[in-house]
Amino acid sequence: METILEAHHILMVYENGVVANRDVSLAVEKNTIHAVVGENGAGKSTLMKILFGMLQPQEGEVRWKGRKVLLRSSAEALRLGIGMVHQHLMLAPDLTVAENMVLGVEPRWGRLFLDTKKAQAITARVSQEYGLAVPGASKIKDLPIGVRQRVEILKALYRNAELLILDEPTSVLTPQEADVLFATLRELKQHGKTIIFISHKLEEVKQIADRVTVMRDARTLTTRPAAELTQQDIAFLMVGREISFERLPPPRTVGETLLSVRNLSYLNEENVRVLNNVSFEVHAGEILGLAGVEGNGQTELVRILTGLMGGSAGSVRIRGEPVNGRSPRFIRELRVAHIPEDRMEDGVAAETSVQENLIVDRYYKSGFSRGPRLLWPAILRQSQELIERFNILASSPRAAVGSLSGGNIQKVVVARELSSDPQLIVAAQPTRGIDVGSEELVHNLLREARDRGNAVFLVSADLDEILKLSSRILVIYNGELVAHFPDTAGLSGQDLGPYMLGVQRQEAVSGEVRS
Amino acid sequence: MEKFVLKYFNLIRTVIAVLIGLVISIFLIYVVSKDPGFSLQQMLLGPFLSRSRFSSLIEGASPILLCGLAIAVAFQARQFNVGAEGSLYLGAAVGTAFAVSTRMPAFLHIPLVLLVAAGVGAVWGALPGVLKAKWQGSELVASLLLNYVAYFLGLYLINFHFRDKEAGYLVSYQLPQTAWFQQFIPGTRMHWGILISLAGAVLVYLFLYHTTTGYEIRMTGFNEKFARFGGIDVLKIVVLCQLILGFLAGLGGMTEVMGIHRRFNWQAQPGYGWDGVVVAIIGRNHPLLIIAASFFLSYLRVGGQVLNLMSDVPSEMITVIQSVIILLITAEAFLARWRYRITVRQAERPEAAA
Amino acid sequence: MNPLLKSIFSTEFGFAILRVTTPILLPALGVAISGLSGAVNIALEGIMLASACAGVLVSAFTHSLLLALLAGIAVGVGMAALLGYFHIKLKADIILAAIALNMFATGITIVFLFLTTGDKGSTSSLTSQVFPVLHIPLLRSIPMLGPILSGHNVLVYAALLAVLLYWLITFKTPLGLRIRAVGQNPDAARSVGINVNRTRMWALLLSGFFGALGGLYLCLGYVSWFGRNITAGRGWIAVAAASLGSNMPMGTFFSSLLFGAVNALANYLAPLAVPSEFIQMIPYLVAAVALAVYSARAMRKRRRKIREPGSGGAA
Repeated sequence: METILEAHHILMVYENGVVANRDVSLAVEKNTIHAVVGENGAGKSTLMKILFGMLQPQEGEVRWKGRKVLLRSSAEALRLGIGMVHQHLMLAPDLTVAENMVLGVEPRWGRLFLDTKKAQAITARVSQEYGLAVPGASKIKDLPIGVRQRVEILKALYRNAELLILDEPTSVLTPQEADVLFATLRELKQHGKTIIFISHKLEEVKQIADRVTVMRDARTLTTRPAAELTQQDIAFLMVGREISFERLPPPRTVGETLLSVRNLSYLNEENVRVLNNVSFEVHAGEILGLAGVEGNGQTELVRILTGLMGGSAGSVRIRGEPVNGRSPRFIRELRVAHIPEDRMEDGVAAETSVQENLIVDRYYKSGFSRGPRLLWPAILRQSQELIERFNILASSPRAAVGSLSGGNIQKVVVARELSSDPQLIVAAQPTRGIDVGSEELVHNLLREARDRGNAVFLVSADLDEILKLSSRILVIYNGELVAHFPDTAGLSGQDLGPYMLGVQRQEAVSGEVRS
Repeated sequence: MEKFVLKYFNLIRTVIAVLIGLVISIFLIYVVSKDPGFSLQQMLLGPFLSRSRFSSLIEGASPILLCGLAIAVAFQARQFNVGAEGSLYLGAAVGTAFAVSTRMPAFLHIPLVLLVAAGVGAVWGALPGVLKAKWQGSELVASLLLNYVAYFLGLYLINFHFRDKEAGYLVSYQLPQTAWFQQFIPGTRMHWGILISLAGAVLVYLFLYHTTTGYEIRMTGFNEKFARFGGIDVLKIVVLCQLILGFLAGLGGMTEVMGIHRRFNWQAQPGYGWDGVVVAIIGRNHPLLIIAASFFLSYLRVGGQVLNLMSDVPSEMITVIQSVIILLITAEAFLARWRYRITVRQAERPEAAA
Repeated sequence: MNPLLKSIFSTEFGFAILRVTTPILLPALGVAISGLSGAVNIALEGIMLASACAGVLVSAFTHSLLLALLAGIAVGVGMAALLGYFHIKLKADIILAAIALNMFATGITIVFLFLTTGDKGSTSSLTSQVFPVLHIPLLRSIPMLGPILSGHNVLVYAALLAVLLYWLITFKTPLGLRIRAVGQNPDAARSVGINVNRTRMWALLLSGFFGALGGLYLCLGYVSWFGRNITAGRGWIAVAAASLGSNMPMGTFFSSLLFGAVNALANYLAPLAVPSEFIQMIPYLVAAVALAVYSARAMRKRRRKIREPGSGGAA
């Protein structure tokens, strides 16, 4: 078997110091479907970006058909024959399939004009060649995602891609569409193509892959033929690590139900059921952890709970008060704090000062304003207190938030949210992309909140974090709750992994979870 | 030195833009005028050389300032409403109609007339805001079109219902004296209404930076998602800031009528609304900087008038200069490489703080 | 009312509509093509003004229509290029930069006007050339349509052809395809190797071209002189028209036609004792209302897309 694409000892360090790939090596054999699996943050996306020329590593080399290559842009990768189907499809929605197909390499009629007939013909030809039916004259926006993805694949094939990288392709598909995709991939293999397939859904990996590479903590662990591994094996490799014995002492008393969610469902714009009948409760004095790989509905769940997203069905009650569809302020007034998943987009206004960022949820309350008037001395004082208490590294409270490092920006967010004396804290990926010291701080704060009798709803893709902090754990997969662990004693990543990856599910969970 | 440059970089960039604008104007004058030295002297020094000219500078700044404040409030929330021109015109027209049709002592008349004008302006300014808040319609296009509608409405009101037939040309009746702003310096037209614009600048400054609503407006402008996340009612703010825009612009128009003309005699749009956009951009939407920018623009205007009068250069040269200045100011990347180099040099120094 | 109705359904009115639509249609096409690329040019008001001024002055001094045409186009495209440079290279906000350019055009045209004629009001002291009027032989004999369609200034026909040209460029050339792709998903365009900035610049240059034609028609056809504020806000109505037409060729054409009709109608109301101010207000009011209606419907369409989750049944 000849090797078509290799990566050798790749070292990739991002600008903010995060090491995304450490001594990563990969060998993909021609005419195979090669799966790359790993948790979020394991380094898979980074590796793919390097292979597709979107990023340049600090060390290491990439070899294509045995020859060393320097990929400075995705155009160069395309020219070599490497194509990529991104998770967020790179298609122009209002153009037709044929137009998207030939974009950038348009067939001409008389030098000046676009030969639309030829474009259609090309589309039909490529479509037929690979057995992938696409309606050449339809606009992308009118097509279901499965078909759009097919167009994206054909686009790469038309540009003579010999190797296709698919980044989490089934994350946007229904199960039926996923089956169709797999049939397509097998067909492509027949045509002599090679496929790299990134996924965290082990069932699918077993279904379709010839070889599997497992990545963990920015390294490649192993590459083996898929037949040699069971799903459990893969899961173990992905999440298994020295069992972290760090556990919080159990909560003292579990009190009233602060958050109650019943039969929550949400259909997004593409008509995909992103949340399906989710039910759970969070009580005072506990940390309920929601484990799951990102993209399984957590983002939408959190946004619905905090009033940022409407259009859901089902009931959400905070301290008995129905809040589904209410405004963010209404929910905050019920003493709910929200540490958002995307701090730059929702959590801060980067162009203005730390102190202005610290008061967005309380500027109108007494203590910070008297009537319409803002009390800047009090605001300044609070900023200084919070900066000290939360160890925020900023030159002054007037420094622009955008000038701080990622960890410090998150500290600003956490400082604000946790200092609002909340009863319920919704924390979504609270330690993503921040340094260890800050992470430690955030964890301590959440624990303190719990000990004070507050409730914490912790949503995280970081298993260590979930295991370390949670009193109880729920696992979400594909918009549904698939596991509930009321007792976290003795739990490890290996226990959770299979549920997170869709390999296992508890029967009693689908429907209601009660503590 | 370099630290100073970094800290006040935006201000320095603005000053440089102004200087470049002036340099270009000098160049243009040399091209256009037969006696460039004289023309230049007239333009740059003329406004200071006589009492009436200097007071024109001060008086002229007043409506520009109010309109600049109006635009700045909306721009601070990232709402590109340019409807100050329409609000000031319609507000002044309705205010005039009210002033002319009512009789009461001055201490009542003046504030009521102002209120009517500002109120009308506010409602007019809010229309694009409602369009944006409810249906995501472009407040920019709506305000532009409504400027014209306001102009014709106001013109109709005055020409058809309040026209002073005894005057030689198309103007309204004269305002009763109880609705005048007294001019307090003989030989000039400086009137008490000017204090309203200065007071307005201070009030808008306090409003934007020291009140809860002002904070809401600014946060909406910095990051609308963040504002919403924090609990701010963004839709309300979108409408409110444009309402305030209209209010201030209406005020600007009316004070001008009450202080200088004492009649509504604008057969064409006076242009203060667009001047407001200019000074809001130059002053980076900060009320106190806008005061300076307004005086500067007024200075340019008077200079232009002097130029027009005394030399062979038309006053529209000033429009050219001011547009070059704001074009340079909007270019965020202008001088960006200079700033980048300084930043890098500063970061490489051993005593650079964390 | 009867005479009014008679006038409206007359061929003179049809003729007038086409005449009045042209200086709205041309800049609207300019707004539209730039809008398709994602960098909308709202400086058409200033571009028309500048091109018109250049055209009139050049034609008056060289007595050459061709030179006037070239001068006008050069000025229009040049201004659009300036806008492109400031927005793309110097990262100026395209709205603010366009406002600045409009102001610039207002000022510099009067300066030139004054320099060449000593008059700040208009160029009536100069004799400018005018683009010729075409009487199309076969066309004009058609009953009803003939008098409406024949006998127009050549630039009116150019405007109609411009719609066709716009359609051709947008849908039948690689550039048009790229412009549309860049406007819809710049990342997608970039991923296939398209230079997004260069494509947007091309769109801006084209918008300058269309705007220039509009200005040239205005002052060397519609009337034969240039004066202060001759454009009277047509550039802004053009923005509304392009928006209503979703930047599409036929849509932009029909919405421009709508505004043209309203404008033409306004002239017919003059003999009735309707105040001239109302008449002049109508086009802008109609544009504003149309914008509101359009936005409301677009929002409703968007809301309908996010459906409430139905009962049961997984996807």
